[in-house]
This record gives sequence, structure tokens and C-alpha cells, in this order.
Amino acid sequence: MSIRTIDPTTARPKFVPSRRRFDLGSRYTPVLVTLVLLIAMWGVGATRYRGFLSVQMLLNLLIDNSFLLVLVVGMTFVILTGGIDLSVGSVVALSTMIAASLLRAGWPPLAVIVIVLVVGSTLGMLVGLVIHFFEIQPFIATLAAMFLARGLCYVISLNSISITNPFFVDMAQTRIPLGPGLMITPSVIIAVIVVGIAFFVLHYTRTGRTVYGIGNGGQSAMLMGLPVARTRVLVYVISGFCSALGGVLFTFYTLSGYSLTAVGMELDAIAAVVIGGTLLTGGSGFILGSVLGVLVLGIIQTIISFEGTLSSWWTKIVIGALLLVFIVLQRLLTTLRR
Amino acid sequence: MTTQAPVVDMTNISISFPGVKALDRVNFRMFPGEVHSLMGENGAGKSTMIKALTGVYPIDSGSIMLDGKPLVISGPAQAQEAGISTVYQEVHLLTNLSVAENIMLGREPRRGAAIDWRAMRARAAEILDGLNLDIDPASQLGSHSLAVQQLVAIARAIDVQAKVLILDEPTSSLDVDEVSELFRVIRSLKEDGVAILFVSHFLEQVYEISDRLTVLRNGQLVGEYLTDEILRIELVHKMIGKDIAVLSDLDRKARAPISEESEEMPFVQAIGLGRKGSIAPVDLDVYEGEVVGLAGLLGSGRTELARLLSGADRPDHGELKIGGRALRLRTPRLALKSRIAYSSENRRSEGIIEDLSVRDNIVLALQADRGWFRRIPRKRQDELAASYIQALNIRPPDPDAIVKNLSGGNQQKVLLARWLAVAPRLLILDEPTRGIDVGAKAEIQKLVSDLAENGMSVVFISAELEEVLRLSHRIVVMRDREKVADIVNDDVTVGQIMTLIASGAES
Amino acid sequence: MNPTVSKALKHRLFWPIVTLLGLLVLNVAVYPSFFSIRLQDGHLFGSLIDILRNGAPTLLVALGMTLVIATRGIDLSVGAVVAISGALACSIIAGSSDPNSPTTVLAAVGISIMLALVLGAWNGFLVSVIGIQPIIATLILMTAGRGLAMLITEGQIVTINSAPYKVIGGGYWLALPASIVIALGMFALAALLTRKTALGLLIESVGINPQASRIAGVRSRSIIWMVYIFSGLCAGIAGLMISSNVTAADANNAGLWIEMDAILAVVIGGTSLAGGRYSLGGTLIGAAIIQTLTTTVYTVGIAPEITLVFKALVVIIVCLLQSPALQTRLGSLRRRPVTTSTGGVLS
Repeated sequence: MSIRTIDPTTARPKFVPSRRRFDLGSRYTPVLVTLVLLIAMWGVGATRYRGFLSVQMLLNLLIDNSFLLVLVVGMTFVILTGGIDLSVGSVVALSTMIAASLLRAGWPPLAVIVIVLVVGSTLGMLVGLVIHFFEIQPFIATLAAMFLARGLCYVISLNSISITNPFFVDMAQTRIPLGPGLMITPSVIIAVIVVGIAFFVLHYTRTGRTVYGIGNGGQSAMLMGLPVARTRVLVYVISGFCSALGGVLFTFYTLSGYSLTAVGMELDAIAAVVIGGTLLTGGSGFILGSVLGVLVLGIIQTIISFEGTLSSWWTKIVIGALLLVFIVLQRLLTTLRR
Repeated sequence: MTTQAPVVDMTNISISFPGVKALDRVNFRMFPGEVHSLMGENGAGKSTMIKALTGVYPIDSGSIMLDGKPLVISGPAQAQEAGISTVYQEVHLLTNLSVAENIMLGREPRRGAAIDWRAMRARAAEILDGLNLDIDPASQLGSHSLAVQQLVAIARAIDVQAKVLILDEPTSSLDVDEVSELFRVIRSLKEDGVAILFVSHFLEQVYEISDRLTVLRNGQLVGEYLTDEILRIELVHKMIGKDIAVLSDLDRKARAPISEESEEMPFVQAIGLGRKGSIAPVDLDVYEGEVVGLAGLLGSGRTELARLLSGADRPDHGELKIGGRALRLRTPRLALKSRIAYSSENRRSEGIIEDLSVRDNIVLALQADRGWFRRIPRKRQDELAASYIQALNIRPPDPDAIVKNLSGGNQQKVLLARWLAVAPRLLILDEPTRGIDVGAKAEIQKLVSDLAENGMSVVFISAELEEVLRLSHRIVVMRDREKVADIVNDDVTVGQIMTLIASGAES
Repeated sequence: MNPTVSKALKHRLFWPIVTLLGLLVLNVAVYPSFFSIRLQDGHLFGSLIDILRNGAPTLLVALGMTLVIATRGIDLSVGAVVAISGALACSIIAGSSDPNSPTTVLAAVGISIMLALVLGAWNGFLVSVIGIQPIIATLILMTAGRGLAMLITEGQIVTINSAPYKVIGGGYWLALPASIVIALGMFALAALLTRKTALGLLIESVGINPQASRIAGVRSRSIIWMVYIFSGLCAGIAGLMISSNVTAADANNAGLWIEMDAILAVVIGGTSLAGGRYSLGGTLIGAAIIQTLTTTVYTVGIAPEITLVFKALVVIIVCLLQSPALQTRLGSLRRRPVTTSTGGVLS
């Protein structure tokens, strides 16, 4: 590659363009808002409840939500392209069912995990193909996948199947010490690795930048010669894979497979992504924001359980209210940028 | 420079779409190191030409040579590899990513599997520096003005070693300083031997920057000229062409200038009406029973003015008085309440409701005005539909026909019927006769003339000057988003209007 | 081909009706007395009546959904509204001193419907005034709604014993189950409201081309607001019906996935998710198909939960058939030169 040079004799003061927008509309704003919110909630909790202000409390947030962390990774990819995936809760349930039933049939645990991951990814790929090549709206295609996965759960079994496989039980019970009085589970490590890989892919590969490019809307990404078709299908494969992996982690957590489990979990995942500052119209957001979103959801649950007098349904109402605030905030920021 | 071999040589190019011959045996060539303007009005075939060159449309016949070798491509990506880069009017970049990514994505430097951000930014900075642009490569593209985005698009285009750079309406949203900056970049590219295809509505700019012109009209080649050797008036004449008079029964001499003899107030008075980035403040009066023609090239501000008068766009400057009362028409709905109807030039996107019947389309505006609860009784709807189908000779004469199945001319008549049904006092018609057959055209012209005779005020916009002259009592000429003349149509000739449209700084 | 036959083939409801008839025939084949309806104590009984009665809530919700979809929208919150309205009505009745008094029941029903209208208006506000995409705007209530319902029931399943309230979902009027009468009544109301006023025309016009409608002076904001309110109303009534039928309000499971069934009914009925032309009759048939499908699965002897798999397959097939992308692909296979032009056809 060569640079076209310009004769220095024609040099003149450089063209210094003026910026149009001030920094309130920065793409980091929503994430910062979430971070401030998280710290504030933690602060409020710490002043009100004993035992809230501990590092292990934060680690417990990760332990209790490791499966959700994995789910939001997939959801973040999908939403960044401007899509949505309503099937994740059902795919989690299907994964627990496949895992539990195969283990009951005596399959080796690693083979079971591989099968679960392949099934999830394949379902995601089918959804992605339908969305890209038949131009069907993501929500309706993933809705069909949601029905399908939930129905397949029932095909496997109508009842809950418990898991007694030693490997799974081990994964459920192992605690990895991090220091005096601090520990995490293997699921947390898996979740952190998944988040790390997602961060790398989104920020350091052409595929990741194409994900953002698709979310910008229009034909620009295609006209710039980026691999749009492949990437759009890929995000649904990633989401399917993450849902399946989330399902595996969920079985580590619950040690059972049940058809009616994880109902509405897709809403939690979407809420975490949105609260984490990702624009539902696509193109803007960060994987680490989604992680913050999961922590916010977790801390809401913790506060409500610490409060004692507040009932569990307040969680849903507070999440809904936060969702509203962040969606309106997004709308304001988008208008501001124009 | 003509001693060189052309870098692009397109001969006998034809492209047809169902029912339309978009390009008909057109020749076009470009030489290295020249700026070549492609000129023509709407539907002349400019964009089809560009899309043929960039592989978006396959050509039906003819040949395209690049550097003396036949060009075989099947899409924009391949065109780019062959050295033909395009910067579109709407910047096709990713506003949510950084400037550096927008220049480099697709050829981004890597370290292992990862994008090497530092190298990417450095490389982008080099390219921008080469164009003497001081833009932070790490900043988000969307945070910059459209002008800068345009320049970034050019930076991306030239980094792929372009032999040919196509700039499609690059200046339509830039201000004066930004345009001169763009021209500086274009000139320096030209010195490097890049052939630049320039498309712009602004004659000033075409004359300032280009060395050679090719004029198209209705899909056919009119000619290729050196910019220095063709007068503006000739150019405008070649772009607009001559139209065979279709109206014989309209007596133009009978058009008395109403505004002069009338002592009443004008029905519409626009005082300094303008909108930033769209049209400079304009004064305009329209009297009752008067047809005011808006003449000017595409992008001259003729449509923009119509949109301000009709509430389709909100003015941010000036005042509008209807029947002497100052009104703020914030929406088309309020304009319709003041009995101002606007027929948009975009028949498909802003006119007909494609999937509804002829009857539904005709009653829509009237019904919207009455509100949802007071439905126009079916019998009245049928009467309305029947009377307009007959009066405007809509074919097929079936009120239940779905509008998208009608021909363009009949769709236009349905649209006219919709506006007439609200009994407007001011009817704004933007290109009502474009793309429709001669018979329907004559009928619509006759109708406009009859309506004015019965006291309706009409603002009539058309690219065909003969048509404007034939129908209007008064003609307002627009150029480069400003009103340049307001003349009574009293023995005015097409030539005089063309002079006004073309003259620019010469006048 | 015979012109009447070819016209029938082209009718937009041809395939839905064929599907419905096919399902019914299948049922008769398995269960010969499927069509028999008997009158007992002045009440009608039979499989067909059961299908209609069980399908009534879906039909109601689908009615509202049809109009929302016609304006290019979607309402994901209907399931939550179903839960909320049932929860509120049951809580009021359970908390009153005389659950059997018609006044109590009327008050409970009235207040619940008011709340449903408010919830619909809330969605409409977010979509038409704030300008949030419908799927996102209604997602908020979808998420928070079940929490609100639980707040009302305080997390319990509220069981009630109220004869007048039981009528809505389980009683009989004019020999027919009351729920069927209510659903058909709402159907008639929707049909009247949209066809006897200009609402239908304006809804379609906004759904087909919002830009052109604006230029024609249509008040799209209030039209859009209205359809979400209507959708809220329908969901509210469906919530009363469901809770009345089981004489209990279950905040978690009442109306679970009913939004999906409703969307499915609308799509099967031939209304495109892209908005525009809609068919209330089609939605009626769509709802009947879904309910018959559920019954069929049951009759054939498959576990009823597996119906979901069949529904998924139906959604995919119907959407693929409607997909313009597929049609172009098929079209270009059938005849090489594509004549479906986008440019104006010259006369």
C-alpha cells in the first residue's frame, strides 16, 4: 500500500472539523450510568444490612448468576446486530432435559455436554438461516424456536429428572478458594472465560466489528465488503451455543432437568443487556456493560432477600422499571445524537 | 489530456427494466486525471450508469473497458478490487464505529488473530494526513458532521488504490467551506491521476471542478463536452431538452396575470420562509385562481419550498399567511385544515396507499379530516369515487381496484382525486406528470387549468419548462436553493427561463 | 379452470379454511362422534362447543393483536395484562364481605377492565408519543406485568367462590357458554368499530404507508394509541374469563404464552406481520385452528404439552409462505425473467 502524497507547497492550514455532538451523548454514558447505579445499590445495601459489604457477597452474585452471564453474552451479540432472541429460556430448559435424560441413560458426562452444545448451536444456526435468507423478523423466528425447544422438552419427559452423575454433582459442589474466606464455583470460571472470549471477538476481530456494523443498520456494512451474511447467521449460532452452555451451568446449579424451568429467563437476559447499556436497535453496547447488567439484576434480588419484608415479585417490578428507565434513556440519547 | 487512453470506456450500454429502457446505447468514457461530470435531470439514467459501472446492475448489451481490458464484475466489492470506488450521496459508512475502522475495515492490520488497533489508527492517521485532514482516527464517525463523514468515505475509497473515484452527489448537504475543502481533496487526487466521476445538481460546482461533461436525457446520450466549451445555457438546454407540445386546446395568451390587476390580498403569502439546510428564506405570493409555476433544476429548492408551504416540513424561518392570517403549519394535517393540499413528487412513498382500493385512496384525506368516528357513508364514498373516476378518466373505472395494480398515470389521477375531494383552496402539485403517458399528462394539465379558472390557487412544479410555461400565470425560478426570479408569464420563452436557471454568477 | 373455483383458490382465507376443515376431518376420523352436539338442561355440549369455549380467550387477545399488528406494531404484554386483570378481579372479590353479590362482581369486573385500559394506554403512550419500537415498548410491561399481578395477589393463588363471577368463564347464556358469547360479542364489536367507522381504513392506511398517511392528514398518533388500548381491553376481558373459568387467579401461569398464541392466530389468519391489510375473520379462523390443533393432539393421544412443537412448525411454515424473500426465490425458479417490477407500469 502506498500513500498518496500531496505537494507540500500546497500545504495550508489543516482542515479542522468541528465536532457536532457534546459528550453527554457518548456511547459510554449508559454503561457509566449502570456502573454508578450498581455502586449506589451496593452502597445502600452496605449501609442497611450487615454482611452486605463483603467481597464474598460480590462473588456470590457471580456464583448465583453464572448461567445468566453466559446467556447475556449470546444475547449481547444478537442485540448488537439489531436482532433479538426469545428462545434462550426454552433452550436452557431443553439443555437441562437433554443432559438429565442422557445422564440417566448412562452416557458419559463429557459426551453429554458436547451433545447439548451441538444441539443448541444447531438450533441457533437454523434460526439464523431463516432470519437471514428468508428475511423473517428475528422475534418471530426465535419465537418459533422458543415453542419448538419447549415442546421438545415435553417430548423428552413431562417430569423433572434429577441428576446424580458424579461429575455433575462434583461441579455443583466444588468450591474453589480464592483467599481467606473467599471462594467461587467452576461455573464462575467458565462464565468468566466465555465473557473474555466474547470481549476479544467483539473488539479484536473483523467478525466482531461486523457485528457492530450490521447493527448500524442499512446496507453500509455490506457495501463496505464486510461478511454480513455469515456474521448474521453466526450471532444466532453463538446465542444458541451460549444458551446451551448456560443450560449446562444451570444443571450444575440445580442438578436436575425440568421442562418448565427457565420460563421467562429470556426476559432477564434481555433486561440485563439493556440495563448494561446496549441499544436495542443495535450497533452500540459493550459485553462488559451486559456483565454489569447481570450484577445489577443480582443485587436487586439480593437486596430484596436481605430486606425480608419485600416479596420476591418486587424483583420483576423493579427490573421492569429499570428497563423502562434505560429504554427511555436510550431514546433520549439517540435523539440527542441527531 | 485527450492524447491519453481512456481509463474507462463504456460503449453502447443498454439496460432495461420491465417497461422502461433505463439506458439506451449510451457511450461514456473517462480519462486519467480528469474530473468528469455526469449531467441530467431525474430519470435521465445517471444513477443507472453509475450502477452499471460499479457492477450493481448487469448490462444488457455493450461493453465496459477498464484500462483497455474488458471489465467483468458482478458487484460493488469486485468493482472496488478492480479500482473503481464509489462514495454515495448518503454516506455508506458505519457511524457507530471509529474513523479509523471506517477507513481500514476489510484491510485492517492484524497481529496474529487480533486487530492491531495501534497500527490501524496510525495507518488511518497517515491517510488522513495525506489528505491534509486533521481528524482523530479514534473518534466515532457519527460524532462528525456529514461533510467530514463524506471526506472519510473518500479516504476509504482512495486507500484501495482507486483508478476511478465516483462521487455521487457528494455536496448536497455541505456548506460553502466544506465544499471548498472537498474540492481541494478532489484536485489533489486528480493530480495523482485518478479519474473522478462527479455528479451534482449544482451547476456552479460542476463548472468549478469539472473538465468534461457528459449529458444524458431519458436514458440516451445527448453528448460529451469540454466544460470550457459549453455555455451554461446550452448545458441546461441539453439537459432539459424539448418537449413536443401536447396541449393544443390550452390558449396560453389567455392567461392574464392575475396578481397585477387584482386588488385583493394574495391567498398565500410566504415571507422569508426558509429552513436551514434545505432552502434559503423565500418570499412568495399566490393569488386566488392563480397558477404559480416553480421552475428550476432538481435540487434547486423547488420541492423544498413546496414542502414548507404544505406542512410536510417545518420551516424554521419566516412567516406564512393564509388568507391574511399568520399560520404555523406544523403538519400536513393542519395544512389540510387550512385547505392546502400537497401532492408529493414521490408518488409511491408519499402518495398512494398501495394496497388499498381506488375508492379508499380517494376518500382518505377527506376521511382523515373528518376524524375516524364520522365515517363518510358508503353511498357518499361511492358517489365521490364514481364522480372522480369519470371526471379524471381513471382506468380501469373500478372503485374496488387495488391502486398498486394501476398504471402510473392512473395512480397519479387517483392521488389528484384525493386532494380534490377535500376541496382545497391551494393545491400544490409536485411533478404531477412525471413518468406518466402523454394522454394522462394532457388530461392533468387541462384539469389544472380548469381548477384555476374556478378560483383555486395552484403551485405547479415540473421539470418540463414547456409545461410550466403553458400552465402558469406567474413563474418563480429557483436556483441553488434560492429564489432567483419571480416573473409574470407574459410572452416568456423557455429560453428566458433557462437563462435564469443557468445564469448563476454570470447574471 | 372454473372461474368460481379459481376465485375461491385466490381468496386470502382459502388455505386457513382448508386447514381448519382438514383438522376437523382428522378429528372425526379418530373420534366419530366429534361433531355431535347435544342439548342438556338448556345448555349445549359437545367437542365443537369445547373448542370454541377453550379458544375464546385466545380469540379475544388475538382480536386486539390483529389491529395492533395492522399498524405495524406488536403487543407482547397481553399475557401479563391477562394475569393482572384476573388477579385484580379475584382479589377484589375475595376481599369483599359478600363474594356472591352481583354488585361486588360488577365492581371487580369494572375496575379490572379500567386497569386493563390504562395498561393498554401505557403501551400506546410509549409507542406513539415516546416513539419506542412496539416490540421493545411492550416488552417492559411483559417483564414487569407478572410482578404487578403477584403484587396484587401477594404471591398467592387467589381462589374465589363467587357464582356471578363464575358465569363469565364457566356459565351459560342463550344455551351457549358465556365465554363464547362474550368473545363473539367482542368480535362483532371490533368488526363494527372498524368497519362502520373509518377506523379500519385509517388503521390500514397507517400500517401500509405511515409517510403517505401523514401527508394525507391522518392522525396516526391517536390511531396507534387506540389500537393498543383496544388490545389492553381484549386482554383484560380474556384475563377475567380465564380466572373465572378456574375460579382462581394464578399470577404466574394465567395467560402464559397467550401472546404467542394470539400472534400465531393473527398470522395464520392471513394478516401480515408487516402491517397493513388485516382480516378479523381470518383471525377468528386462526384462533379456531389453534384450538382445534390442541384438541386434535389430545384426541390423537399425544401429550397435550407437545402441542407446542406443532405450533412451532405451523409458525415456521406460515411465516415462510408469507416471506417475500421466499416468494421471489420461488418466482424466479418458476419463470426466469422476473416481471414483478418495482418501477411503475406504464399504461
